[in-house]
This record gives sequence, structure tokens and C-alpha cells, in this order.
Amino acid sequence: MKSAVIVFPAANCDRDAKVALTQMTGKTPAMVWHQDSELPDVDLVVLPGGFSYGDYLRCGAMASQSAVMKSVKAHADKGGMVLGICNGFQVLTESHLLPGALMRNAALKFVCRPVGLEIEETQSAFTRKYEKGQRVTFPVAHGEGSYFADEDTLDRLDGENRIAFRYAKGENPNGSARNIAGILSEKRNVLGLMPHPERVVDDVLGGTDGRNLFQSLIETLS
Amino acid sequence: MSSVAERTAITPEMVREHGLSDSEYARILKLMGREPSFVELGIFSVMWSEHCSYKSTRVHLKKLPTKAAWVIQGPGENAGVIDIGDGDAAIFKMESHNHPSFIEPYQGAATGVGGIMRDVFTMGARPIAMVNALRFGEPDHPKTRHLVSGVVSGIGGYGNCMGVPTVGGEVNFHKSYNGNILVNAMCVGLARQDKIFLSAAKGAGNPVVYIGSKTGRDGIHGATMASAEFDDASEEKRPTVQVGDPFTEKLLLEACLELMATDAIVAIQDKGGSGIELNLDKVPQREANMTAYDMMLSESQERMLAVLKPGREAQAEAIFRKWELDFAVIGITTDTNRLVVKHKGQVVADMPITALSDAAPIYERPYTEREPLTGEPAYDKAKPVLASLKKILGSPDMASRRWVWEQYDHTVMADTVQVPGGDAAVVRVHGTKKALAITTDVTPRYCRPDPFEGGKQAVAEAWRNLTAVGATPLAVTDNLNYGNPQKPEIMWEIVAGIDGIGAACRALDFPVIGGNCSLYNETNGEGILPTPAIGGVGLMQDVTKMATVAFKRADDVIILIGETKGHLGQSIYLREIEGREEGAAPKVDLGLERKHGDFVRKLIEAGRVDTVHDVSDGGLLVAIAEMAMPRGIGAKAGLAGLPQPIPFWFGEDQARYVIAAPFAEAEKIVEEARAAYITVAELGKTGGDSLTLDGKDSIKIAVLKDGFENWFPNYMSGEEIPVTN
Repeated sequence: MKSAVIVFPAANCDRDAKVALTQMTGKTPAMVWHQDSELPDVDLVVLPGGFSYGDYLRCGAMASQSAVMKSVKAHADKGGMVLGICNGFQVLTESHLLPGALMRNAALKFVCRPVGLEIEETQSAFTRKYEKGQRVTFPVAHGEGSYFADEDTLDRLDGENRIAFRYAKGENPNGSARNIAGILSEKRNVLGLMPHPERVVDDVLGGTDGRNLFQSLIETLS
Repeated sequence: MSSVAERTAITPEMVREHGLSDSEYARILKLMGREPSFVELGIFSVMWSEHCSYKSTRVHLKKLPTKAAWVIQGPGENAGVIDIGDGDAAIFKMESHNHPSFIEPYQGAATGVGGIMRDVFTMGARPIAMVNALRFGEPDHPKTRHLVSGVVSGIGGYGNCMGVPTVGGEVNFHKSYNGNILVNAMCVGLARQDKIFLSAAKGAGNPVVYIGSKTGRDGIHGATMASAEFDDASEEKRPTVQVGDPFTEKLLLEACLELMATDAIVAIQDKGGSGIELNLDKVPQREANMTAYDMMLSESQERMLAVLKPGREAQAEAIFRKWELDFAVIGITTDTNRLVVKHKGQVVADMPITALSDAAPIYERPYTEREPLTGEPAYDKAKPVLASLKKILGSPDMASRRWVWEQYDHTVMADTVQVPGGDAAVVRVHGTKKALAITTDVTPRYCRPDPFEGGKQAVAEAWRNLTAVGATPLAVTDNLNYGNPQKPEIMWEIVAGIDGIGAACRALDFPVIGGNCSLYNETNGEGILPTPAIGGVGLMQDVTKMATVAFKRADDVIILIGETKGHLGQSIYLREIEGREEGAAPKVDLGLERKHGDFVRKLIEAGRVDTVHDVSDGGLLVAIAEMAMPRGIGAKAGLAGLPQPIPFWFGEDQARYVIAAPFAEAEKIVEEARAAYITVAELGKTGGDSLTLDGKDSIKIAVLKDGFENWFPNYMSGEEIPVTN
């Protein structure tokens, strides 16, 4: 599996994504600068966490307009895999690769803590190695992660089994609608999630629950 | 508009407004051989301020031990540097941003974080961890909530965007900080030893380049503000607080590290070296019509100077343009030993560089010694122990700080091995098994009654916290927060505090490699508690051996290392339960600290023990409760023939650790401790969901945890502070 990590100005989980991908796939991902309009030939594009463009205007709004995003959209349109983590999820909604929006946390504060998640959907390239209903723990670290969409969209996401990750009961850290933590695109090749799977692939860091996400991709793509 | 050519006459009012005394101005006249220009006066006022020149403390700071085999760079640079093996170096420093944070808490704290990060990455290091030592006024003071909320979100707002984990620190509340909070930020970075950049440029004819964001009028006179006492009109100084932009700083960090990876750079943030000539017309400016004075004294953030090798300008410029930052060649190094500043075709300053540093005034301020407080305070022997424990765990200084650190991204960079809430934070050295342990400590309530023992204790506790996770303590940075040094009783607190720190650092092989003094922390004549915050860094060779405070298994034996005499003077118990702050501060026996610490560290390093907690604020029973709460594993504890339970459980005697280990291992540990003449006691066993004392009284861990976890969120949401007695 070949992968690329997009580096926006003030991305700050780009290295974490690189380390996790290298550790899991045995291959170093290409690091792609936001002003590059060409993507290398890869199977997976990762939009990492961080504060692209300082979160000015709206989180992810300016990054969605950067040169590289045209290629990312084209990659997604061709059925290529795209994974957006945290700020990457925000970039994906701002780019309309995923529906809805991520709003300020309900408590109006940044929150960093491990949260319990339930794997809601295993029929995807990102989640096939998990068990349906399996409980996992990923950390969250965001100020604007409250997922919002209109009722029709939420019903559609539910009906089409596109809600891949939900916050477990009592664990919703931000007031997200229907406890949504991560969603799939219509073609199921784009996943955006607020929690950080790349921070839980190493025992020393307090967990390995994120490994199966990468393992799922490796199985699908190789 | 002033210039050396067309000089504005300097009046005594101008001198006073610049915070310079008559004798200091006389010194300036002598050094310059003429009246200074207005710009020169401004430069002197900044460089000779207490904040920049350390003029009141320098003679005493010299007494601190600063050397060891592993110290690569001691005080005097932007940050200190230590050798952590394999060609790696840890670079760190702590600095205060107290006055700005009181006036504008969000921006004050944010720019404090930004400033200390720049100190670290200008030396070539990538920042890998932040910790903060914060002191606020009483919880029920009308300003405290607002200040806590602003400071915490300012630290988070800046650090989170930078992508540097904020992994710990301290928060205290005390009425002496009602009008003068303390915000001390510490940054730790990593570099290769052969890629460290110092601030002194050698050689003439090298281009001086300006990098980062544009210069505005913000923060003019920030350094002089930090060197003056507060009064009720201080909030009018709000325009002197700078505004931070972490986005630009993140770009500056990446651009600087990219530039430093080339060999185009001679020095960064040049202090003058052997001479420098600047042309202010070339400085990227945010505002129109800025004067030379404005530009020289601006404290606009997220910018710096670098000295390049000649001919490397284009290479450096390409890097800064890529990161969309300003870049301009604004001057050149010279061999004249002078700082020359030009603006609009005129020389506006021309002064000897030594006048700004070496010739800055140094004072041996008079001080009046005070006898340390002595005596053992009285207490009510009938008070029930477990009810007191519950109350202490839910008190402002002892309750969980989760509300604070959950607002900080403490796991970004994917190397945080021990998150906040333990004895020390532990951050892995990227790509290795090694890790750095980091802590900040001081117990200000010990430092007023006994500044010397208080200084010792701050160092000893930092050393103990690093030891308790299994690290070898290597070096400290100090942030000395005191009142007005021109008052002899305050000056004595400073001198005795530094002496105490020096004594402990010497005894524990724990040199001081940098730091910061923040004086004049007074409001309307009332000084803060002396608060010499100690930031300690230690090294762990194998992070998998790390110990944490949490009880991990049932039926572990609970072992106490160290002697308990039951010292209640200045204790949390006395303050929270008896409502009094009195008696002697606990004495620190540095020989015992070392002996007990080395014993405990060896057990951790050998992989024999994974559960350790140092005993500090609140005493032994609080330590045991803090070990029980994380995983809800209870304990049965007690000691046969206890003379007085209250001093035993709540006394704050030093040099103590609690360990929990399975029975067979525990028996060996006790035997080995006795053989080494270390005072040791078996206190009981872990297990169950309650804490039971002497087989009689009992309290559910969940009940203790409730008060411990809820105080902070309840307080910040403005609800009644729960009182349980």
C-alpha cells in the first residue's frame, strides 16, 4: 500500500501520521506540500490533524481551497482512498468530500482525552478488521469537533450505514449529533473522523486500538 | 523624531518614565560620553531593566552550581543544553509572563508560551514538551475564575496550534497572588549535539536578516512593565501586552529548523557580538509611520534575527518565502563593537555594545534577615482522619487538575508516555527507547516562613518527582518569582531562596542550566509568597520500565520509604482542616533525599517496581489515596502502635516515597532497605474498592474520587464550592 500525507501550513499531526503509516505498512509515505498540484501515485491520501492556516476563517476552510485539494478530489473521484483525521476531517467537510460540518465543542473548550468509541460499520476499507459493535479507545484533541448535519443528511448517513465510528454511551466529548465520531463518503472510499487512530498504534503510548484501521487499509489495498 | 544628529533633549521625566534611576542615567552619560538620543534611552531602558539585566540578582545567581559532565551549555544563552547520550541533546528553559497575564490573561499566557518556544527553537531544537507553573489568587476572589479561564485557554490556544504537547505543571491558589498571578512556562526541546545554534555571531561582514512576521507597535515597554510593581491603574497598560499568532510561530519554527538543517547560518537572535549595524527602513512593518523608537522597542511576536554566511541570502529567503514569512536583510555584522541603527538616512543610535550587557548596572542590594518560623503547631487530635482526607482531596490546591490539562493537547507528536496527573510527565525521545521526564515544583507556603528551606525543598521535590517515574534527574531551569528587591526583607527572601536552591542542586548533582527572574511581583505594596519555581528534567534509558502512581494489582504490599516524624507546620492539613498557616516549614535532609531516591530509582530501573509515588503536599495518606483513585483499587493501611494518627498520615516530612509491589518482591525490597539503613515500613495491602485504616474506619475510593475530580469543574462553572466536613 502506497500512501501520501498532505502537509498544510500548521498541520501538526503530519509527522504522527507518517510514523504510524511507516510503522504499519513498512513504507514511508510521501509528504506532499499543500502548494503541489500533483499527487504522487498512491493508494491512500491522509489529511492529518493540526491547525491548517491557523484555523483562520473556519477550521479547514482555507486548506480546502489549496492547490493540492483539487488533486485529492480527483483521487477520491476515481475511487482512491482518503483518510481525514481531526483537522483533516474538517478539511473534508469544507471540501464537500463529506457532508455536514464540525462546529465548536458544546462545552466551548478544547478537549484532549481518550474516548470510548463503537465500531458501527465494518463494511469499509477502513474498518473491516474491526468487529461490529466493538468498543475501542482513541484520543480526541480538538476544539471544534461537534458534528452537525441536517436531519435528512443524518438519516441518510444512518440509512446507508456510513457512520463508521460513534462515541460510546456517555463518551461524546463535543456534543456531536447522534454521537457521530467518523463518517464515510457515499462511495465509502473517504473516511473522516475526529479521534486520532494514529496516536494509538504503539503499546508504550497507552493502546493499539488504532492499528486495525491501518490494517484494514493494508488488507484492502494490497 | 529623534536622532543622534538631531537630538531631543532628555528630561528627568523621560528618564523616570523609562524606569531608570538618577544614578543609572549618570552611568549612561558616562558610558556614552554625551547625552543619549531618545532611541538610545529606550534601548537602555529595556536592556537595563530588571527583566533583561538581572541587576538585582546577578551577584547571587553566580553562586548557583551550573556545571556537570553532562552540561553542554549553562546559563547565558537562550536556553540551557544537556547531553542525553547518543549525540542527542535536551534544550530547555522556563520563563515568566506574570504581569502581561494578569492584565490580559489569554494573550499574556499565549505569548509567554510562544516566547519560551522561540528561545528553544532558536537554538536548533524541536520543542517536544511544554509544562507550566501557574499561581492564582484565592478561588473566591472576584478575578480568579476569569484569570484561570483566560490563562488556561491562552496556553492551550498557543501550544495546541504549535503541535507541541503540554504535558503537565502545577496550579496553586493563594491570596498573596490575588493581584499578581504567576504564569511560568517551560519548554523542552530536542536537538542533535552537532546542530546547536548559539546567539553570539563571530566575524564581520555577515548579513543580518529579519525573519518572521512584521513589526508593529505592540508590546512597547513590556520588559520595563515586567520590572515594575503593580497598582490599581495597571490595567490601563493593556496596550503593552503583545498579541500572539501561533500560526505564524508554527511556520517560523518549521522554517527555522529547515534553514538550520542547511549550513547557511552563523547565529540566530544575535545579541550584538562584535558589532552590528541595522537599517530600520528595511524592517518589514505592519503599521505606517513607525518611528525608530517604536521599531527598536516593539515586542511584536513571532519574529527574530539571524546572521547568515555571506552569499546565502537567496537560499535562506527561498525557505522563508516557502513558509510565507517575511524575510529581509536589515543589517550587517561589523568589527566596531558598536550597535549602529539607521532610519531614514540618519543615525538614530550609535552605542557601544558592552554598554548594553557587560556595563549594565549590578546591585548588591541590602537585605534584612528574618528568623525562620519555628515550632510545631497545635491541632485537634479528635478530628476523624478519613473525613479530613476527603476534604483535603477536594480542596483547591489538592483537587485534580484534569479540567486544566484536558484543554491542552498532551498527546500530539505521539511520544507522550506519561500524561499529566502523575509525579512527572514522560516524553519519549522520538524514535528511541529513551525518554525525558519533566516536572515543575515549588511549595510557596514553605518559602515565606523559611525561604532557604523552601528553596531546598523546591529542588528536592523536583528531583524526587523525576526519580519517582524512574528517571535520573539531570538539570534544572529556575523561575524565581519574588516581590520588590528594593525592600530589604524581600531581598533576603531572594538571597536565601537562591542559597537554598544552590545547596540542594549541589547535593543532588542537579545543576542549574538557565532560568529567569521575575521581581516586583507586588500589588499595592503587598508581595507574593516567594515562589522559586524549579523546572527539572531527567533521563530514562528504557521507557518501558517507567513507574506510575496508580495501584495496578490487588494484594500488592504498600511500602513506605523514609522517616515520618509527623511534620504539620505549614502543611496542607493545617491550612485546610485547622484553617491556619503557621509553624516551621519542613526541613530537607539532602543526604537522605539522595539515599532514598537512588534506592527507589534502582528498583524501577531494574524492572522490580512499577508503582511509585513521592510523598509531598498533603502527606502520606493523600499519597496513598492518589495511588488508589486512578484505577479504583483500594487499600487497607495502618501501622501498629501509631502514637498520633493525624501527624503520621498528614505530616509533610520530606524524602519519602510510597511503593506498591507483589508480596515476594516487597519482602526483598524491605530487607534491602533495612540492610542499607533506610527507614522502611510496610503499611498494608492494595485491594477492594475502599480505603480502610487500621482495620476500622473505611471510605469508598469512588467517594474520594468524586470530590477530587469535581472541585475544579464545579468551581469553574461558577457553582458553590462543595464543602464537606
